[in-house]
Parts: sequence; C-alpha cells; structure tokens
Amino acid sequence: MRLEPIKNPTLVRKLVPPAIALISTVVIASFLAMVAGANPFSVIGLILKGSFGSQFAILETLNRATPLIFTGLAVAVAFRAKFWNIGAEAQLYAGALMTVLLGTGVFPWPSFAILPLIIVASILAGAVVLLVPALLKIRFGVDEVVTTLLFNFIFLLFISMLLEGVLKDPMGMGWPKSARIIPEAKLPRIVDGLRLHWGFGLAVFSAICIWIIQNRRTLGYEMRAVGLNRDAAAFAGIPVNVVIVKTALLSGGLAALAGFSEVAGLKGSLTLDLSPGFGYTGIIVAMLALLNPLGVIVAALFVAGIFVGADSMSRAADVPTYLADIMLATALLLMVLAIMLTRFRVVRD
Amino acid sequence: MSKDAVEALSLNAITKRFGELTANDAVSLAVNVGEVVALLGENGAGKTTLMNILFGQYTADSGTVRVFGDTLPSGNSRAALDAGVGMVHQHFTLADNLTVQENITLGVHSLLKPSLGRAAAKTRIAALSKKFHLAVSPDARVGTLSVGERQRVEILKALYRDVRILILDEPTAVLTPQETDDLFATLRLAIAEGLSIIFISHKLHEVMAIADRVVVLRHGKMAGGVNTKDTDKNALAEMMMGTEATPPEVSPAKPDAPLLAFRNVTTADVGSVPGLKSVSLALKGGQIVGLAGVSGNGQAAMADVVGGLLNPNEGQVILGSETVQKWTPRIAVQSGIARIPEDRHKTGTIADFDLVENAILERYKSPAFSNGGWLNWRKSRAFADGIIDKYDVRCPGSETPIRLLSGGNMQKLILGRVLEADPQIILANQPVRGLDIGAVNYVHSQLLAARARGAAVLLISEDLDEVMALSDVIHVIADGRLSPEFRRGEMTPAQLGLWMAGQGFETDIAYAS
Amino acid sequence: MEIIDILFTASFWAAAIRISSPLIFATLGELICERAGVLNLGIEGIMVAGAFAGWMAVYSGTGLWAGVCVAMLVGMLFGLLHSTLTVPFGLSQHVVGLGVTLLATSSTYYAYRLALPEVTSPPKIEAFQPYEIPILSDIPLLGPALFSQTPLTYLAFILVAVVGVVLYRTPLGLAVRAAGENPATVVAQGLSVTAIRMGSVMVGSGLMAVGGAFLTMSAFDSFFFEMVNGRGWICIALVVFGTWRPGKALLGAVLFAAFDALQIRVQQTSLGTHIPYQIFLMMPFILSIFALILMSRRAEVPAALMVPFNKGER
Repeated sequence: MRLEPIKNPTLVRKLVPPAIALISTVVIASFLAMVAGANPFSVIGLILKGSFGSQFAILETLNRATPLIFTGLAVAVAFRAKFWNIGAEAQLYAGALMTVLLGTGVFPWPSFAILPLIIVASILAGAVVLLVPALLKIRFGVDEVVTTLLFNFIFLLFISMLLEGVLKDPMGMGWPKSARIIPEAKLPRIVDGLRLHWGFGLAVFSAICIWIIQNRRTLGYEMRAVGLNRDAAAFAGIPVNVVIVKTALLSGGLAALAGFSEVAGLKGSLTLDLSPGFGYTGIIVAMLALLNPLGVIVAALFVAGIFVGADSMSRAADVPTYLADIMLATALLLMVLAIMLTRFRVVRD
Repeated sequence: MSKDAVEALSLNAITKRFGELTANDAVSLAVNVGEVVALLGENGAGKTTLMNILFGQYTADSGTVRVFGDTLPSGNSRAALDAGVGMVHQHFTLADNLTVQENITLGVHSLLKPSLGRAAAKTRIAALSKKFHLAVSPDARVGTLSVGERQRVEILKALYRDVRILILDEPTAVLTPQETDDLFATLRLAIAEGLSIIFISHKLHEVMAIADRVVVLRHGKMAGGVNTKDTDKNALAEMMMGTEATPPEVSPAKPDAPLLAFRNVTTADVGSVPGLKSVSLALKGGQIVGLAGVSGNGQAAMADVVGGLLNPNEGQVILGSETVQKWTPRIAVQSGIARIPEDRHKTGTIADFDLVENAILERYKSPAFSNGGWLNWRKSRAFADGIIDKYDVRCPGSETPIRLLSGGNMQKLILGRVLEADPQIILANQPVRGLDIGAVNYVHSQLLAARARGAAVLLISEDLDEVMALSDVIHVIADGRLSPEFRRGEMTPAQLGLWMAGQGFETDIAYAS
Repeated sequence: MEIIDILFTASFWAAAIRISSPLIFATLGELICERAGVLNLGIEGIMVAGAFAGWMAVYSGTGLWAGVCVAMLVGMLFGLLHSTLTVPFGLSQHVVGLGVTLLATSSTYYAYRLALPEVTSPPKIEAFQPYEIPILSDIPLLGPALFSQTPLTYLAFILVAVVGVVLYRTPLGLAVRAAGENPATVVAQGLSVTAIRMGSVMVGSGLMAVGGAFLTMSAFDSFFFEMVNGRGWICIALVVFGTWRPGKALLGAVLFAAFDALQIRVQQTSLGTHIPYQIFLMMPFILSIFALILMSRRAEVPAALMVPFNKGER
C-alpha cells in the first residue's frame, strides 16, 4: 500500500474519519466496561452525566480543564515549531514551586502586586526549566524528547526533596506538604459562591494570546516556518536556533502557569500529587486540538470531561477509573490516524 | 538488428496517471538481447516513470511488461530482479553508512539464511570489478566514495545479481566527460557478455555514441523510434522537442563594474564534500557568470557564501566596494542579492505554507510586510497576488498551499519573490532542474532580462549545455578550486572535461580581483 | 573510603548485574527498532505491560518460561500497534510512541484492577531463583557476581551476542540496518521496508516487555504500580550512549547499573545519611543526560531514524 495526497479533500473526507475515530473510542470503552461487568450502553451516559450533567459537574470539569488548557497550549506551541517538549510536568511543578515560594508571605509585597509578581515569576521559572533542554539541543544536538522526559523525574525528585526539607510545613503533621499561600496570593473566584477561579479566565486569555501570536505576529510566523521546514526557514534567514529558544521559553512559561493556577486557584499549597500527569495529558489535548490554540480550549474541556465523568462513572458502575486513560490513549492514536486520512488516500500499488 | 534477434524485454501499451497528469500514455518499447536502446526525452517526458513501472516500483494503470517472454507481475521489484532486470537510479539508492560489499549483497540472499558468506562475496565482487573495469574497494564505506565510484557500486550491484537487462537512468548527469567514456567502455563490455541495456538520457551526443536504437518520449507519449545509424542529432532534437519554443537568443554582454567579488575565499570541508579553496571571482553587472562542474565539488559552498548562509574561514567577500563583515541570509537579501535555491522543495519553499506566506519568506521583517512585529497580511497578499499575475503562476489562488503547485509554478513564485525587489546580484543555483521545457525557457528568459537591465548573475549548473548556452563567462569548479575564466565558445568539451576532473589549471593564478 | 570498599565486594557487582538485566533487554529492544529506523517511545508502557503480563501468567498457573513468552507476546502486540501506525501510515513516531505508552500503562492498570479487585497488597509468585553455574561460580569475586544470577540474566547477556551476530553477520541483520540507513536501498533490492521495519519493531517491543517481566519475575516477585519508573526512558538514552551497537549498549547498561547499585549502598553509609535520598534517586536520570551530551557529537545515528518511508512518493 501507499499514501497519496488528496488535493482537494471533500467535506465528507474531512469529517468522516475523525467521526469514526471518536465513535470507535466510545465503542472500545463500552466494551471494556462490559468486561468489567458494567452495562456497556450506560457507560457513556454516566460519563456525560458525571462531567456535564449538573452545575457541580460542569464546574468540576471547568476546574479540571484549566491546567490542561495551559499544558495543552505549552505542548501546542512547542510542537508547532517541532520542538518536542514532553516535560510540561516538570515546568508545571516549577511554576507551582515559584507560587509557593513567593506566595507563602515571606516577602512583604503590597497586596495588589502579589498576584502579577507571582505570575511573572512562575512563567520565568517554567521558561528556565525548559531552557536547559533547548540549549542542550542547540549546543550539543541532544534530542529534547529524552531530556525533557528525564527532567520530569529529576524535577519531581527535587520537589520531593524540598517538601521533605526546607519547604516542609511544620503544621503539616508529617506529610510532605508546603505551607499554605497567603490569601492575597490566591486567585479569586469568578463568581462568588461558585467553585471556579480566575485561573480558567487566565487560561482562556492565554489561548487567545497564543492564537494572536501564531497568526498575526512575526514570531508566530517564524515558529510555524521552523516547524514545517527548518532548512527552508534557515535559508530564508530566519534565525532557527533563536526561534527554538523563544519557543521553549514560551512553552515552559505556559506549562508553569498550570502549576501556578492549581496552587493559587485550588490547592493553596504544594504537594507531590499536585498534578496527576497534567503535563503528559497536555500532549493529548494539543494533538486532539490539531495544535490550534483555540482548539486547545475545546480539547481540554473534552479531556477534562472524560476524567471527571469517568470518576463518577467508576463509582456508579464499579469500573476502574483507568478506563479514562485508556479512552484518551485510544482517542489520541485513532485521531492522529484519522487526521492523516483526511489528507491522504490509501492506494494499492 | 539481425532477423534472429531474441527479444529480451517488451513493454506493451503502458499507461500511468498521477491524478490529472498522464505520465505515460500507451507507451510501447522492445529491447533485444545485446542491444542498447536509448530512451530520449526532456525532463518530465515520462522516462523515469516508465522505467519505474518496468522495475516494479510503480503499478501501471494498464499495459504489460514481458521479460524473455514471461509477463511480470506489476508493482513487484522482487519479480523484476528475479527475472534479471537491474536498475541504476538517477539518485543512487545506496546506504552511506554501509560498506560497498554490504550495499551490493543486500537482499541477494534469503533473509533466513544464517550467514552473509562474506568471503565468497568478496571474491565475486573482485572478479566482477576486474572484468568490467569497475575499480572500487569492497570494504570502503559508501559515504566516503566519490560520485563516480558510487555509480560503479550501483552497476556492480546489478551485475552481482547476474542481470540480463540493465536500466541506467541519466547515468552521465553526474560524471565528467572522461568518466562518461569509462562508463561507456564498461557498458560495451557488458553488451559483449550478452546484456541488454536501456539508456535514459536527454543528451543527444551520448545517445548517438552508445545506442543502437533510440526511442523518443514527449509529454508521456511515444514521439518516434529510429536506429541511430539512420538519424542524426538534429533529427533527434526535433523529435524530442517537437515544435516548441526555441532557446532564447543571447546578445553580447556589456559588463560593468564588479558588484560582488570573492578574494581568496576559503571555507571548511563538510565531510567528504570540499569547501572552497582560495577562490577569487568577480560578478559584474550585465554579465552572466556560469559555474560548471561535477556536483559535490564546492558548488554548495559557493552558493552558501553568496547566499549568506556560510562565512568564509579565510578571504573576503566584497560587496560593491565594501568588504563584508557580518554575513547572514537576511543581510544578503537586504544587500540586493536574489537567491534562487538549488532545491525548491527542501529549501526554497515551505510546502504547507500558502503562496502568500511563501512569498514573504525572505522579507517578512521588512516594513513592507510587518510593523513592530505585527504582520500585515493585506499587503502580503497583494504582493503575492502581484507575483501570481506578473509571473504567470498557475494556481487556484494565493491561499493555496504551495505543495499543490507544479515545480514550474513553484519556481515562478520563487523568481517573483526574489526579482520583485529589483536585485542587482542574482544567484541562480540549478534554476531549471526538473522543469519542463516551457518553464526552462521562461526561467532563462528572466535571467537574461535581469542581465539586460544590468544585474550580475551567477549561474550554477551541472548541465554543461545550460551553462554554455547562457553564460558570458564560464568557470569550472573542481575539488573546491576555481578554474580561470574563459568566454563563450573558447573551449572544447575535452579541455572542459579535464578541468572538471580537476586537472590542467592552477588555483593560485590571481586573475579576478 | 567506604565507596572504594564497596567496589570490591561481590554482592555489589552481583547487584549491578541484576539491575542491568532489565535494562539490557529493553535497550536491545529499542536498539533493534531504531536500527530499522523507528524510534519506539512506547518502551516505558510496554515494559509495564510486560511486567504485569508475565507475572499475571505465572500467578494464574503457567510456568515461569511460559510467563516470559506471554510477556513477549503482549509486547509484540503493542509493537504491532505501534508499527502499523508509524510504518505504513507514517504517523509521528513521537506522538504514537507516547500514545502507546499511555495505552499500555493504563490498560495494564485497568486489567490489574479487574483481575485483583479486592487486594490491597499484590500477591507474590514463585520467581526465578539464582542458578549457580558449576565451576564458574566458584571464581572469587567474578563467580558470585556473574555466575550466580537468575536464568533471565544469563538470557539477557546471551541475547546481546545473538543480536550482535544477527545484525552484523546475517542477511536479515543487513536488511534491518539498511532499512534504518536508507529505505530506498532496501526497496531497490526488492525487499519490503514495511515488513522489515514492522518486524523489527515487533521483536524489539517483545524484548522490552521481557525487560519489564524481569522486574516482576526475577528482581522481585510481585507487581507494583510505578515499578518501571522511567527505566524505559533511560534505555532510550542507553541506546544513544551505546552508539546503536549491542556490545556498547551492554557496557553502558552495566556501567549505569553499577552506578545505581553504588548509590543504593552509599545511601546507607555515613556519607549517605547527610544527603537527601532524592539526590541519589536523581542520579540515574542525571547520568543519562550526561551520557547523551557526551555521546552527542560522535554518535552515528541511523540516517533514516524517524523518517517515514512512503513508496513511490513524488
């Protein structure tokens, strides 16, 4: 067999493969739930009900989507320039660490300046963490996939060391947990009484900014050019290495905001289980969004919905929650295949 | 041909379409044992497609291939190989990091065989090398070999398999005239052994020299077939080109002052590819300077230095009267250098960018297209639309991804992109490679028009005929060294060939400063 | 001084060899994939799946070697998935690899929960026991270190030689290497790049799974979550460190494991008590990054690694 590009794909060609991918994901998940002893036809309903079926469920989904929008954007920005940042997890913790360092009230900031300062500092922390793999790539040609992956482990151990050492909360009853941040460092709620904080607003705002950068700014043009064809970009005079560094800084900063928003918006302190793999899930979000920054918002809601919905489905139907991860992995693999099939035709030769 | 000639191969009414393009339209061809048939045609005439079908790399839409009377299953290289068909591709299919012997013996044995039988293979390769005058060391890594040596490996690959029919796709494109003679000597030895040869080329004198019979393809169709002894070059040329446009007339040059000069420029070698070795050169206004040579002899370094991608290790680049200090692609473009890159797919354009994005690729930072980091898409689109109009780029619109355009139209966009700024210096690196005859003439006429308005043009090409036809002054580059200049019509191909092989000229003649 | 003493104990080297064994399996697996031109980031998840599958098979009553085969088969299935998507369909090897890791990990955990819904601590199996090779195990220092290991460790070392011989001395190995260097060469000689690459990824993935199974069937006797813990990613670094050669990869794995064994022992010395244990745990990862930097300039990457091949592309 051979793949042949389709010059002018029809609407059917553009829509049918992704639709089949989604339906197949649902069918596979239902089948697996049946293996676990649940009614296969109720599973999707339960997931939908658990994620979007009530005000509480929707707020929970929005909260869960917030860090995913940030990490999804981080990955989307990096992958667009073909810089394979698999280390959003480490950058997320860098942002969370900075939030806790500055937000525990050790420094006497005027209260209105605290949040902006923390935000900027968090972005810088994440940017610096990703700068190292970027420089290793440029200077030594070391593949950033492996270095960013390894950094995740290193950084998490580093955080663990701090939480059991200098950052350990004396009031924490022995748990490896930081002290709580002061109220002025907390992100306020969007609507009083509803459990949804401004981190979500910041995430949507970031997505719009990234869209503008990618489509209206020269930097975005450079990043796309470098991602699509590095040789041609270099020939045209685009400073490829500079663009890669800028991309890394932007990507790392975005991932760090996920850590900031989780600490400042929800948790209030830093623990080792702050992120249940938001950094890795960001890759799925970005791919499902076809690396489009605005699409990331939708994809993050979809992914968050599956997580939140699967949690409640798991309680109701006694199916292990890992079904959510299986669904996402399946959706990811089938979706990249489907997207390819919207552009190429499989022909016999 | 005698009456009792045995048919080795026949292609019957082969048709192959790629989308809307018909690459082969009911083409038939037969080759007898011990015969050399030349397949002649312009770029894009369908020669390579036809041979890829014969060799099982493509499946024909209709038609059959018969080898020694048996029909070959379509789309199966293995079957073609087993039937005794071997092919030397234009772009060699060799793995650089493997040795010569490994490249030759790959796929010869069953994959389940427990041993490579290295000693026996080595003996056999040595015997074949000797018999066919194909000197090459079996243990050398292919990556360290010269182009001529690699071609010998390709031919040995086929001979090692005892092929009966050998297809050579543009085998002389990368050879010096002397190397070409050696190749022909080898081919004559093979014919004496009873092999049949299909020789693909667009060079008339070579076809006349080696072939018994010529089959001409034009636009995918058979344009005729004749015995070489019954025809001559002119008749073949007419068959090949039809009544299409003739090459543009070249008026005498009126050279001005040098606009760009190299003074003893030296650059680093890249692997086995030489850099420039103390090269001095002057590009004058109103003049086309042609750079001839076998590929991989420093042309890339020359193009990169002119284009701003490479800084000399030693020596100076002089722009007008100023010695260049900092030299980058962006500065080169700003200094009025138009750069037509060697490979329009890999470096000239970004396939998934649309025509607008490709049009501003070199100058998106200039005030014409962006302001304070904000891109002005309206002006950019107007610029692209202007190029599409003026340079006759055939496309559905400026927002089409450029990968959907033909090579000729892609090249027209690149031409427009660089010529619209009224450049004083033009670097044209293989500007017509792979284009059809219409597009070739268009590109050439644009280069001549630029010359007429006083621009300096550096034309780098592996096609000697192109260099000879267009250039006012020609240099040969060999192993990074630049030959003295000579003017159009002053040199014989034999002497040129010597120079291309790096013999017969001294580099330290300072002549162009 | 204590550190120097540790280096001369047989138990230290025995531990190093034991720790290196799963890395050797998985590194060989990744090496085969990459030699054929495919980066397999599914390695981490495939090791998890292999660890569970082998252990679960034995727990359900099969023999130990049958368990190894089950692990291998499961690995090959994930390899089939990976290579179907990356080879004929030419999808991004990064994305597919990570997707396979996620799928393999999550479906393993799902299966674990389904198979053992009630347990709080996982059951143990009768794992591979050390087998002392007669005579050789009596050699001082070397004997207890090298020749008193479990059969799976011996298999790992034998496999290094086997893979080396196959890659460099057989037509099959030549075809695999050629597919990773220049697929067009392979096609021109009448072979199928798709078949060679898919086969290599499947065999490689099978070895990765056996590497995972070593953890549950030889190093330990039970299955825990997070038990692979980044070993797969380390193996990817080891392939680079070993410049894509089985012998050098073995050397890298043993060096690496020796370092790991050393840090475990140093943790228990007076020096170790003054340093947070996380520093020691970081060492393997930091070491991997240094190994990558060290080898980056001289590495001979297979030229067609991560380059999909679409026959007849024009």
